[in-house]
Amino acid sequence: MADKLAVVGHSEIRLDGRALVKGEPVFVDDRPPEPDLLHIALLRSPHAHARIRNIDTTAAESLAGVAIVLDHRNTPDRRYTTAGQGYPEPSPYDARMFDTKVRFVGDRVACVAADSLEIARRATSLISVDYEILEPVLSIDEAIAAGAPVIHDETDALDVWDQERNIAAHMVARVGDVEQALAGSPIVVEVTTETQYTQHVPLEPHAVTSYLNEDGRLVIISSTQVPFHVRRILSRLLDIPLHRIRVIKPRIGGGFGVKQEVLIEDLAALVTVRTGRPARFIYTREEEFVSSRTRHPMRITVKLGAEPDGTLRAISMDVLSNTGAYGTHGLTVLSNVGSKTLPLYNKVDNIRFFGDAVYTNLPVGGAYRGYGASQGYFALETAVDRLADRVGVDPLEWRIGNHIRAGESSPVFRALGEGREGVDQIIPSCALTECIRRGAARIGWSGKRGARRRRGSLVHGVGMSIHMQGSGIPLIDMASATIKMNDDGSFNLLVGATDLGTGSDTVLGQIAAEVLGVPLDHIVVTSSDTDTTPFDTGAYASSTTYVSGMAVQLAAEEVRDHILDVAAEILKIDRAQLQSGEGRITAPDGSSVSLEEIGLRTFYGANQRQIAATRSFVPEMSPPPFLASFCEVAVDEDTGRIEVVDYVAAVDCGTAINPHLAAGQVEGAIANGIGYALFEEMVFDVDGRSLTDDLGRYKIATTLDLPPIEVILVESYDPTGPMGAKSISEIGINAPIPSIANAVHDATGIWLTETPFTPERVWRALEQARHSP
Amino acid sequence: MRIAAEINGRRIEETVGPGETLLEALRRLGYTSVKDGCAHGDCGTCAVLLNGRAVASCLMFAGQAHGARITTIEGLPAEKAHPLQQAMLETGGVQCGYCIPAMILTAADLLRRNATPTRAEIAAYLAGNLCRCTGYVKQLDAVELVVESPEGGAHG
Repeated sequence: MADKLAVVGHSEIRLDGRALVKGEPVFVDDRPPEPDLLHIALLRSPHAHARIRNIDTTAAESLAGVAIVLDHRNTPDRRYTTAGQGYPEPSPYDARMFDTKVRFVGDRVACVAADSLEIARRATSLISVDYEILEPVLSIDEAIAAGAPVIHDETDALDVWDQERNIAAHMVARVGDVEQALAGSPIVVEVTTETQYTQHVPLEPHAVTSYLNEDGRLVIISSTQVPFHVRRILSRLLDIPLHRIRVIKPRIGGGFGVKQEVLIEDLAALVTVRTGRPARFIYTREEEFVSSRTRHPMRITVKLGAEPDGTLRAISMDVLSNTGAYGTHGLTVLSNVGSKTLPLYNKVDNIRFFGDAVYTNLPVGGAYRGYGASQGYFALETAVDRLADRVGVDPLEWRIGNHIRAGESSPVFRALGEGREGVDQIIPSCALTECIRRGAARIGWSGKRGARRRRGSLVHGVGMSIHMQGSGIPLIDMASATIKMNDDGSFNLLVGATDLGTGSDTVLGQIAAEVLGVPLDHIVVTSSDTDTTPFDTGAYASSTTYVSGMAVQLAAEEVRDHILDVAAEILKIDRAQLQSGEGRITAPDGSSVSLEEIGLRTFYGANQRQIAATRSFVPEMSPPPFLASFCEVAVDEDTGRIEVVDYVAAVDCGTAINPHLAAGQVEGAIANGIGYALFEEMVFDVDGRSLTDDLGRYKIATTLDLPPIEVILVESYDPTGPMGAKSISEIGINAPIPSIANAVHDATGIWLTETPFTPERVWRALEQARHSP
Repeated sequence: MRIAAEINGRRIEETVGPGETLLEALRRLGYTSVKDGCAHGDCGTCAVLLNGRAVASCLMFAGQAHGARITTIEGLPAEKAHPLQQAMLETGGVQCGYCIPAMILTAADLLRRNATPTRAEIAAYLAGNLCRCTGYVKQLDAVELVVESPEGGAHG
């Protein structure tokens, strides 16, 4: 496929790469400070659950250099959600800009804008708050216990499932009769898994600058994944006409979902609107941990009912998700626990999904790469290994016999969507069996599985798991692209899509270049500016390559048609006979015209016009990328330490538009997933205070913590995607937890059910196994 | 206090605050390639070369840089990419790019000390430079590419 293409399928150097390796000032905080800039500091709640009886800001306000103090008394009191989702958002409206109640340690109490950050911080320490301290709810079990304190007792929240019972969101989906099928199944395997709080840790914390431009319009420069949602949410929250707001996303230093929230833009915006002065707010690393967003911790029980030969009869999945103090993404992450996992095994007639997302007085869950699927796959894929173990088949072969295939469907696609009913779909492309075969060959599955090679106290094992995700949200996401032609035969590509470091500007440019028959450097990409680029829902749900990519392809095809019309006029030949490529339009007789000649003619010659097109794309389905993950571990039976010694991820993303960028997405996701599996964990004390609010105590993987990670791109062709492509950014993070757990079982015979798999946890499980008969 | 130092080959005299870190001073002076990822010495995005050696600029006071020779990524030749910069682009070692200037400076420091490091030695030297995007695979590839190039790692 790639052989026939000039730009797509090639590892083109990313368009922003030169600026990034040169350290050019391309991030929010690199901009030279505007004159009169105000710096913002936040006063955060020291209590997990308290009511603000009184707040006294007079001392702070009278400190020299303080411009404004904001708290619940002088800010809008309407309920909203910080979730940067499409409208109306499927997250409950349970937050206020500043509330009279604080619901977690790190919740907003007040903010100060001052001439310097030092003054702003000093002023926050001069604010005196009288708290009525309430009993905190610090776990899922405490949240659902009878008589638990009610975290959201306000009367004006919208779309909370059951405030009295601390349930933010609830989701049920049923196919067939699971209870009856489980009762009639000779083999029933049951697994309950628990996953921990983790944080995204983008190396650039949330950052925003705001100012009024020469026309008095509010300009927001933000490290956001969702510029158009930021504009809409700010407009509604702050009562500013939408057309008076411009949101620009410059380069951003990673997002992974945490920048799909409107966490700080409202503060900068309101400071600027109230004072007329530019404002800047950058989260400290500590604030990034305690006041930002996290991955929802979950307890999940999966039951598989099967025949003695392994034939699957029923799958049930019961989920309790901890959404923390607010319900952002609570419903949709919950839904995705099932919707992105259960369709994988479609040769079963009875499926049940049941889930609650509960409030606690702990940090707030949000969107995080994998979006619930990561938690779901831990339970599902370790249950599959247990089933294979019980019935005595190779888990690899069981998976090959049971996974969904191209041309097939699953009733789960309709039964379970994004917090509501989903959309039927037939899988357009699936190379998962080949992924499994190639990954197995590379890891040495047949020689290593069950071999339990020993070296001192180290025992080796191999494990695997398989995964699917999606490519955007069907019938909800919308992306658009504008392409206009210049008089040198180059093109401007304008997209609302948001490159958060993934390289999507480059990928979208490659799609346009391929269709238009020019090298990538003839495509000038401008993205993520609400004034100048057309709408896009933003970078989430693995949407950009597939959804935004299709919008680009459609726009480029339309522009190419316009170009062919002009070429046909010039060459006096029927359009259908013309070929486009290498910057020219060529007729069968060899006569040709360059794109530059066409560009010049349309601007200055005959039949003058601007060649341009804008196209939108709304996906009717969400073709899943697929992944077969394999790892080899060495477990130290004396210490419980797991070392992952080798990792192989064979992935089907359709056409890899840019193989380096595609593989890089998987490598990064696997690395993050290994940290999630082994050592990343937000820990809280008995009062709900974080004990892990810096990178010394919350450890992310360094170069020394990772095995060699080999990504095998197994090409398929998705007929519904741009140039055959599917999206790939999330899927990898789902794999390490189950693959490592399954490898540890292969090595030691123990089943790990609680993440992270710390040496202590593993050692305790080994001890228990040694002492049980 | 007043300090005199050399930044990227240019002699400067500047007034710095008593509690101002080198990171804060460099960013204030416009060297914004030096990133503030944690301000605790944990992430490595603020690394600069101080007298040729990679240090975390958030962990020292600007005053301590008096008399020092400081190199930031802006100090690498502007007209063409340094081999490490070029290699990061070619291998796909750059994703969001926030960690990259410090990563390249630290790798340059390594190559000046050891022109032929093994992959394990490269990984050990870059262990203080966090990256959340790449899993380090293609960044290690990039340094290896420079080491294995005809000119070798003598580029440091």
